[in-house]
Amino acid sequence: MTVGLDYNRIIDVLPEDLASGAVAFEAHGLVIQPEVLTGIAAFLKTEPGLELDYLCSITGVDCTEYFEVDYLLYSLKLNHRFTLKVRLADRSEPVIPSLTGLWLGAELQEREIYDLLGITFSGHPEMKRIFLWEGFSGHPLRKDYGHGH
Amino acid sequence: MEIGSGMNSRDLDLHEGHVIEDLRNSAVAGLPEPSGWLTEEIERNIITTTVDKFLNWGRKTSLWTETSFTACCTFEFISTSSSRFDIARFGMEVLRSSPRHADLMITAGTLTWKMAPQIKRVYEQMAEPKWVIAMGACGISGGIFADSYSVVPGYNRILPVDVYIPGCPPRPEALLAGIELLRKKIEKRSIAKGS
Repeated sequence: MTVGLDYNRIIDVLPEDLASGAVAFEAHGLVIQPEVLTGIAAFLKTEPGLELDYLCSITGVDCTEYFEVDYLLYSLKLNHRFTLKVRLADRSEPVIPSLTGLWLGAELQEREIYDLLGITFSGHPEMKRIFLWEGFSGHPLRKDYGHGH
Repeated sequence: MEIGSGMNSRDLDLHEGHVIEDLRNSAVAGLPEPSGWLTEEIERNIITTTVDKFLNWGRKTSLWTETSFTACCTFEFISTSSSRFDIARFGMEVLRSSPRHADLMITAGTLTWKMAPQIKRVYEQMAEPKWVIAMGACGISGGIFADSYSVVPGYNRILPVDVYIPGCPPRPEALLAGIELLRKKIEKRSIAKGS
């Protein structure tokens, strides 16, 4: 069975500048600042002993007060997993760095989250709608999206 | 000898006599029965009918379905078309991948607005005469997704629908009943009415 990595084990090995961006450990995920997302993801991917080289999925969540983006990482070689969580307080223009530079597979899911939740992924090669059509008004998975929007 | 205004009673009697004699002389043998010239081979193979009946018979017994199935009602259609329910009984087992060959569109499934232009295009590519069966709740009205931002609330928003089959999904029996309704509808068509 795949083992969930211990939070302390990650914190211990994170470089100082990246560890300062870690906010908390909640619901089996490490909550981090968006500024250090790319740095921490690259570190987790390459660090010997962690080698979380496979991005399984990206999930966008509307938590009403803020948006949350969850990254589920797996190590295919070492058979363990770890979750990163990024919270975006700005509901009007939420922006988060894209991870397409590390995992090309992030491209589709980041577009999906942009389409349905309106979170912009900076650095994404083609940040546009994917399921809905150009000209569609609003982002329907937002909690404040209502009928007749 | 022709009948004229100057003829007297005697001339009329003579004329009548000539007519009777001519008929009697020509009627030397019994006439054959009217259909006597038909051989048994012809009688067994020629059926008379109307153009309407013939065309409608051809159309209703070879409804070829366009394969443009958008969602889960498809599986009920697949079940209907395979051996247990055997749609081949109605000459419908030929599923067409090209709309140019198809007569019938069965709207098996939820239609999203993103897919709607393609479905409309496929319908327009089908040759006349053509029919549409709205299968299932989504096909009729959008079903449980009727209020959704992304779902077309009923195929009749974009296509003219001939028969509606309720159900979520309709069982194969219901689909067959709908097909039977459509066949009855086709029977009533007439080229004289331009339909």
